Amino acid sequence: MDLFEYQAKDLFAKHDVPVLAGEVIETPEAAREVAERLGGRAVVKAQVKTGGRGKAGGVKLAADPEDAVEKARAILGMDIKGHTVHRVMLAETADIAEEYYVSFLLDRTNRTFLAMASIEGGMEIEEVAATKPEALARIPVDPIDGVTEAKAREIVQAARFPEEVAGQVVEVLQRLWTVFIEEDALLVEVNPLVKTAEGKIIALDGKVSLDANAEFRQPGHAALEDKAAANPLEAAAKERGLNYVKLEGGSVGIIGNGAGLVMSTLDVVAYAGEAHGGVKPANFLDIGGGASAEVMANGLEIILGDPEVKSVFVNVFGGITACDAVANGIVQALELLKSKGENVSKPLVVRLDGNNAELGRKILTDADHPLVEQVDTMDGAANRAAELAAK
Amino acid sequence: MAIFLTKDSKVIVQGMTGSEGQKHTRRMLAAGTTIVGGVNPRKAGQRIDFDGTEVPVFGSVKEAIEATGADVTVIFVPEKFTKDAVVEAIDAEIPLAVVITEGIAVHDTAYFWAYAGKKGNKTRIIGPNCPGLITPGQSNAGIIPADITKPGRIGLVSKSGTLTYQMMYELRDIGFSSCVGIGGDPIIGTTHIDALAAFEADPETELIVMIGEIGGDAEERAADFIKANVTKPVVGYVAGFTAPEGKTMGHAGAIVSGSSGTAQAKKEALEAAGVRVGKTPSETARLARELLAA
Repeated sequence: MDLFEYQAKDLFAKHDVPVLAGEVIETPEAAREVAERLGGRAVVKAQVKTGGRGKAGGVKLAADPEDAVEKARAILGMDIKGHTVHRVMLAETADIAEEYYVSFLLDRTNRTFLAMASIEGGMEIEEVAATKPEALARIPVDPIDGVTEAKAREIVQAARFPEEVAGQVVEVLQRLWTVFIEEDALLVEVNPLVKTAEGKIIALDGKVSLDANAEFRQPGHAALEDKAAANPLEAAAKERGLNYVKLEGGSVGIIGNGAGLVMSTLDVVAYAGEAHGGVKPANFLDIGGGASAEVMANGLEIILGDPEVKSVFVNVFGGITACDAVANGIVQALELLKSKGENVSKPLVVRLDGNNAELGRKILTDADHPLVEQVDTMDGAANRAAELAAK
Repeated sequence: MAIFLTKDSKVIVQGMTGSEGQKHTRRMLAAGTTIVGGVNPRKAGQRIDFDGTEVPVFGSVKEAIEATGADVTVIFVPEKFTKDAVVEAIDAEIPLAVVITEGIAVHDTAYFWAYAGKKGNKTRIIGPNCPGLITPGQSNAGIIPADITKPGRIGLVSKSGTLTYQMMYELRDIGFSSCVGIGGDPIIGTTHIDALAAFEADPETELIVMIGEIGGDAEERAADFIKANVTKPVVGYVAGFTAPEGKTMGHAGAIVSGSSGTAQAKKEALEAAGVRVGKTPSETARLARELLAA
């Protein structure tokens, strides 16, 4: 889960990383009071989860509280690379002498953590990495030893930080590492880390990404989620504990078991859809191992509630799950939806294979539901579902 | 022959007394796995009955090894305790630890992976968040259904559980030497490369099927490895061509970030290494058949 800058700043402050005072607002009028609290002058910064907002005009300096209102008005509602600005942060201003870059992240390739640091901060780090790789130090960090003072010094030396700030940067690095570890982060990035005219080191802008799998020991993280930005179908699915992702522009609803099989199902539908005018899958939905009637009903309800869906493909390989249980789940789910007054009118193509497939198919054949059609192979079923969606 | 797991493997189960642990211990026993014990410090000394087979519970992995000569552990403990369970297995120097548990924080996996390295990599880790591995007709360590297929000459390595089952089913008449589900988390123990190297060295494996998915660069690195080291035919499949950028698709590691980790890039890398890549699981199975018949 990626955080907004203001949320990252809050986490930094919680772990004593030096940051500037700032507050987040959602209306232009609120800017006046905040700017006054900050001493009149303030930087108004769009809160969007994408880079390059400075270039897009999403960061402006306000000279006084009235100006802050005007700047906030200009930025709120702005579109930055497809992200609408719903909030801006007003932050204290600082006289910047130098801009640096530091980050800690997961290094999947080497199965460890990585520190990156550069004394050429401010611009996009991908650009530094591409054009001046020697200016970006990369130091592996052992997950057991972590960032000790010695490791922090190694990073500082590798990136050639000036001597007069080395001590401060070593300290900030250790605190940022605390953020990384204590918050179960996948990324903690400060760009820029600045030296002010007074020689103080401050984290001016931050990016933090958190591990969703760590929620069992991070009870506070759920509150950081941007619920308003979530697709309503995704939000409804999440509430029911379903693993669902909405895909734009698709018309074949997908239900399957197991992440890999469902991903594969989307691809096979898109591939089959080429022959039916470019029909595409409408969603990813993994109902997992269980596939009870209730889970199936929940899944079907979400998918049938998607106005873009024209047909549904239920693709199950019974591994541990038995196909007869899945078939019963489908039959009961359709009844359940009917009894709730739902208008179930979209055709369902079902492919069952594996554990007890024969029995499962028989249950569906006997139920003889007018909307349910069985096809024995995954490719054949994908083709049929695409064909039905193209009608 | 087989890789990593044979009929001589002596298996213990960490978390055997929990509901998932019990259910799958029963299934593993039914598949012919030699299960010599379970581990639970609070139930040490008890014996658990599985349809007539009594399995003793030990207080620690170390005690279980000393008493039984166990060389494989299958871990079902809940995600909160998984890191400690794996560290315990590494400390006991068990040769193979299969971590089934899903939803493990990546910091925990990074920790136990680093820990295994510090202890000299005496323990091979498979997973986490994986279905385990099966050597049909010999032994089953994990949750892969044992009755899909029979012993044979195909080696299978896959990030995905259900696609493993699907591929075993598609090629069930030919059969498999071993099938290894390595899991789709951002950090995993045994990689495609480890399994490819083992299948290359296994005289009974004639062809290798490798299944990948979006995220990371494991498939690209496997392609480089195949080019340089694998003489046996390899058939590939990659899932996630239609996955949107920045969305996690079920598996914690299945995410396209910017332009990296795409299915297209993985497919191209594999094809450049001479691997034939199927568009669908069925087509992949067809390619495997063709190569075996040639």
